[in-house]
Amino acid sequence: MHRTAVKVLEDVLDANGTIARANRDDFDRHGVAVVNLMGSPGAGKTALLEASLRGLEGIRAGVLEGDVQGTLDADRLASLHVPVTQINTDPSFGGECHLDANMVRSAIPSLPLAEIDLLVIENVGNLVCPAEFVVGEDARVMVSSVTEGEDKPVKYPLMFRTVDLVLVSKIDLLPHLDFDLDRYLGNLDSVHPGVERILVSARTGEGIDAWRDWLLRTAAG
Amino acid sequence: MHELSIASAVVATVEKHAGGRAVEVVNLRVGTLRQVVPDSLEFYFGFVADGTVCEGARLEIEVVPAALRCDACGAGWELEEPVFRCAACGSTHVEVVAGEELQVESIEIREEEVACIAPQ
Repeated sequence: MHRTAVKVLEDVLDANGTIARANRDDFDRHGVAVVNLMGSPGAGKTALLEASLRGLEGIRAGVLEGDVQGTLDADRLASLHVPVTQINTDPSFGGECHLDANMVRSAIPSLPLAEIDLLVIENVGNLVCPAEFVVGEDARVMVSSVTEGEDKPVKYPLMFRTVDLVLVSKIDLLPHLDFDLDRYLGNLDSVHPGVERILVSARTGEGIDAWRDWLLRTAAG
Repeated sequence: MHELSIASAVVATVEKHAGGRAVEVVNLRVGTLRQVVPDSLEFYFGFVADGTVCEGARLEIEVVPAALRCDACGAGWELEEPVFRCAACGSTHVEVVAGEELQVESIEIREEEVACIAPQ
């Protein structure tokens, strides 16, 4: 017996990238802009969607909700009268911690693409894994709450570098926290210099208009 | 946690190139910017390799340090802290030249020896 070396030189995530491009083609064909919304569990992704999709005028939005288990987030969004489609990652392998292109591909037949202009994909709450897997989105957004601390951009540079917009959430809590906003923004600019950011509070509504405008601009392409 | 998905993707990539033959070694290049924990990746690789051409294969991980180059002044440096700004001129127009790899570089396949028949 002997060993033969075979050159491969292939990116491990090429297959995911190929499926993501097929998803993107399907979305483009229907004229649907897609936002991949990511962030820690409890950062406020669903709350910000509730706040922004209510009163989003001029475009028809839909949500693809990714969770390890259950339909709690989808149930919350259902009251907004936008189409919500649920994917649970649980059956795949003990509950994947992110959506990948293939999971989104499998959900495409159940998405009302002809009836929407904007699809927000709410990813599974996690600061590492979703960053690695593109799903066919036009833009990547993360929600980063002030209760998570100033050091997060430096600890999770992969996620913070991969996004087009950072929603700094729960800013209504700033008076009650030791969180140093300037230090946080300094860390953000070290990791992803100049990345667009909006300070928001789903509770008080601060910044929600700016986030809605961003969604409208993205939907308009 | 993403080491499990990456390990599965490594096995899928290898399967495409192994042509059904048993693989003994997988040589993988992983950049430090990918935030992959090598020990964890090896652990999951052993787990997902079962029942595939990678069963029993050794995963050799070459960790590639992150390196940046400044587009403004041309300075180059190895990244230790996640600061994507040129220390020499302050420009934010910096390019990642290494550290984002996640690539199967090569595989080593076990082949049966073909018996050589000596001429009579």
